Formats: sequence, C-alpha cells, structure tokens
Amino acid sequence: MSRQELLAENTECFKSRMGAFFPGSHVIFRGHDLHRQLKDMDWIELFVFGITGRRFSAEQLRLMHALWVYTSYPDARIWNNRVTALSGSTRSTGNLGLAAALAISEAHIYGRGNEMQAISFYIDTCRKLASGAELADCVTQELATHARIAGYGRPLINADERIAPIMALAQELGLDRGPHLQLAFELERFLLDSGRNLRINYGAIVSAFGADLGFTPQEFYLFMFPSFLAGMTPCYIEGTERPEGSSFPLSCVNICYEGPPRRSWRDPT
Amino acid sequence: MTAPEQIHTRIWDEEAEPDNPFATRAAYCRGYDVYGEMLGRARWVEMLYLLFREEAPPPAAADLLEALAVALANPGPRDASVHAAMCGGVGGSPAAACLMAALGVGAGQLAGSREVLLAREAWAACGTDLDAWRRRIAEPTAEVASIWPASQHFPGFDPHADHASQIVQQTLTTLAQLSPGPYLPWLNRNQADLEAAVGHPLALLGVAAAAFADLGFSAEQSEMLTLLLRLPGAAAHALEQRAGGYKSFPFFKIELQTNDEDAHP
Repeated sequence: MSRQELLAENTECFKSRMGAFFPGSHVIFRGHDLHRQLKDMDWIELFVFGITGRRFSAEQLRLMHALWVYTSYPDARIWNNRVTALSGSTRSTGNLGLAAALAISEAHIYGRGNEMQAISFYIDTCRKLASGAELADCVTQELATHARIAGYGRPLINADERIAPIMALAQELGLDRGPHLQLAFELERFLLDSGRNLRINYGAIVSAFGADLGFTPQEFYLFMFPSFLAGMTPCYIEGTERPEGSSFPLSCVNICYEGPPRRSWRDPT
Repeated sequence: MTAPEQIHTRIWDEEAEPDNPFATRAAYCRGYDVYGEMLGRARWVEMLYLLFREEAPPPAAADLLEALAVALANPGPRDASVHAAMCGGVGGSPAAACLMAALGVGAGQLAGSREVLLAREAWAACGTDLDAWRRRIAEPTAEVASIWPASQHFPGFDPHADHASQIVQQTLTTLAQLSPGPYLPWLNRNQADLEAAVGHPLALLGVAAAAFADLGFSAEQSEMLTLLLRLPGAAAHALEQRAGGYKSFPFFKIELQTNDEDAHP
C-alpha cells in the first residue's frame, strides 16, 4: 500500500483498538465496557490500564499514588508551579494555567525529560549488566550520548527530602528490592566513589520504580504526566485570591540589561 | 539588605516612570527605543528579527523573513495543528486553548516545528556539501532517550508524496530569489539530488529550514519561529469553526478493532 493509499483509507473512518463511545449506549475502553466492567476502578488504576493495558496489584497502585503524592509541592516559586500562580494572578483560566504548567513540566533538568532518560538508562543498563557489561562502561557511554546521568544531582540543592519517605513506603509494600532500584543506588555509590558529587534525586528513584513496575519508558513517561498536578492547583487558587497582578511582580529595577547600548533606529527598509 | 531578584537580558531594557517603578516610561529592544523611534518606522519582521538576533536585519534578510512568514502563516485546515485549533474552536474553548492545541500538535516531527529544528541541524552539519547530506541521510538515527517519539522520515521531506507539490516549488523558487544565500539557492539547484537520496520530495518546512539557515537563525530559534509564524492560520480557522458550530465540523466514523491483549485484563 502506498503512503497516499494509506492516508486515503483513513480519511473517513478512524480505526481504533483503544476504544470508542457509542452515544446513548456504552463506551469501550481497551476492549472493556467502561460503565460495567471498569466502573469500580480507582482512577490511577484506570489511568495505568489505559496506558499499558495491564492490571497492577494493590501494593503497586499504592506505590504509584505515593510517587505522585510525595512530589506534589504547592510552592509557587517552582518554575512549573509559577505558571499556575501567574495565570491566577493575571486572571486567566485554571485549565489554561494548569495545562501550561503541565506542559512546562516536560523539562530537561526535571520532570519528564529527566525521567525519560533515567528510566531508559536503567532498563538498558540492567540488560547490559546481565550480559556481563561493566557499570563504568555503561556510565561512560551514557555520558557520551546524553552528556549527563539523569537523576543525579538536583538543580537547587544536592539532596532530596522525598527519598526517605518513598523508600519507607516501598519497604512496607515489599517493593524496595527491584533490580532497577538497586541499580539506581549502586549508580549513586559509583558516581560518589568516582569523585562526582551527584546524589541520587527523586527523578532517579521514581524512574527506577517505574522500570521495576514493568513500565516501558513511554508508558512511564505518560504515567508521570499528572505527577505535579496536585501541587499546582493550590498555586493557582492563591494566585486568584491575591490582588490581581500581585504574584511575582517585577519592577523595572528587576531587569538587568546586558545588551547593546542605546542607539538610534535607522530609516525603514 | 539583599540584592533584588534580577532577570538578566540582552534583549530588553525598561526605564521606569519617575513615580512608579512598575510603569514603563521607555522600552528599549537591543538598544533601540521601541515606542519612541521604532514604532511607526520598523516593520514587524524587523522587530521579529531584532528580538532573536542582536542586530536589525539587512533589507534582504527582512524581505526574506517576510516572505517566509507569508508562506508559513496558514498551513490550512487539513494541517494537524490547524485541525487541533479548530477542535478548540468548534467546542467553544478559550482562544489560548485553541492556540495551545495548535502549538502542541504543530510542535512535532511531521510537518511541525521539531522537524524544522532537525532539518536546520542538518543544514548546520552538511551545509552545501552534497556528499555530507548523502552520508547524513544514509546513516541510521542515533538512539537517544528523549521525550520525543522516534521520527519515521528524514526531516524536511514529505513521506506522503511522490514529488514536491507546486506550493513547495513556488515557495522555494521565490525564497531562493530573495535569499542572500547560500542555502536556499543551493537547495534550489540540488533539490533533485537530495530528494533522490532521501527517497521523498522536499516539504514546505524543508524550504523553511533552509530559509532560517540563510537568515542565520539557530536550530532552536528556527523551531520557535516556526511555531510562532504558523499561528495566524490556526487562530483564524479556530474562530471560523467556532462561528460555524460543531454540527458542520467533521466527527468521522469509527471502526473498533479487537485487541487480543486487552481481552483478559
């Protein structure tokens, strides 16, 4: 089939294996009737079922909840959260502010960009180590490819308050012995022993848990999408409660101009 | 007393009104008085160029950027980014939501701004060396863990066509004539060889990437400008569909396919 034939075949009718709604009748969600077979699902359970098509144990789902809960910070200074606070301050809508903030969360130094590299590295490295590779060689190759080891070090401070509580819960749930999690801590020891002051951060921990839960990188990336959301809504609310324009106002003094000196505009071209 | 929080910028400076540090008496872009001198004299594309580059554009660059802006202004309602904006419009979503939809969909690697970034990187790597292009086209894509899904075609070329469309040819011809060079004229001369190496014809955003290269914009600047310059059409079509309503907007038939993996969750 040519590419044009492929497009023509899909012009009128959308073929889906994921689902459809039949107005006034029923909804199919990955092969199941949403309002009959899946109606009692916990929301996160449905969310990960939608992503993976798989079911998870009660312990795994509790860990997934905690992965989000422990990183829900209603601190409007944090860059993604600040977007919601600013949207409240300018009296924009909550949806727009939150959607923009979640889009911002797909960052390189934190959030999805960081986690995507971390989980990919853990899955790949675990496979290579099982085949006899050396961790040092894997680290060298990762640095050559991505110029960093994602999940180690932290933008503002080289310590992470989320690790102890999530590890305590994982231990309680019996989910703290996964091979990718062990590799994550082994990697921290390796980096410290080799003179790099890069402590493990929460991005590494959640990514290792993601790999141990059986997520592919793409599945985990999609699972983590709402992870900061619970901390963002309070920032938006506070932005709307404060006088308009009073969240993070900047005066002219706050601009430090470092560009060309004053000059005259030439005639129009 | 702690130092004030500061935004460091080479782009913009503001003088405060004497009685209010939060009100702007004068604003300067790269040293030019925007409201005192540029306003009424500078073209939109000159302002655009100045924001991204340190200097105002030479006349030929301004002409090229303006022509490129016209070429990119409306991808048309069949384009996925405009389609997304219309989905916002037809349901009565806020204006910003329509444009965010256009940006999100139009950010991709197929007829989107990421494709322009990748194509611009190819221009930076290969320049006007046809053999370098052939090597880059032939080499397998490096496996990099990224938020971006894998692309399925060489950037700047159309995987769904057998030959370059008339509008692509018209854009290339016109922009190559306006271009101070060297990339657009070279592309115009070597289009057939490049298309043969890729196996697909040149796409409109492939021409745009060459134009951005001639204008001296970096890959990241080219990506941003592509997003920006394609928004007018998305906005106009979203408003048009809002007025028309959902009943006259396609909803499509659906065919549900069985998925064995989901049969026994």
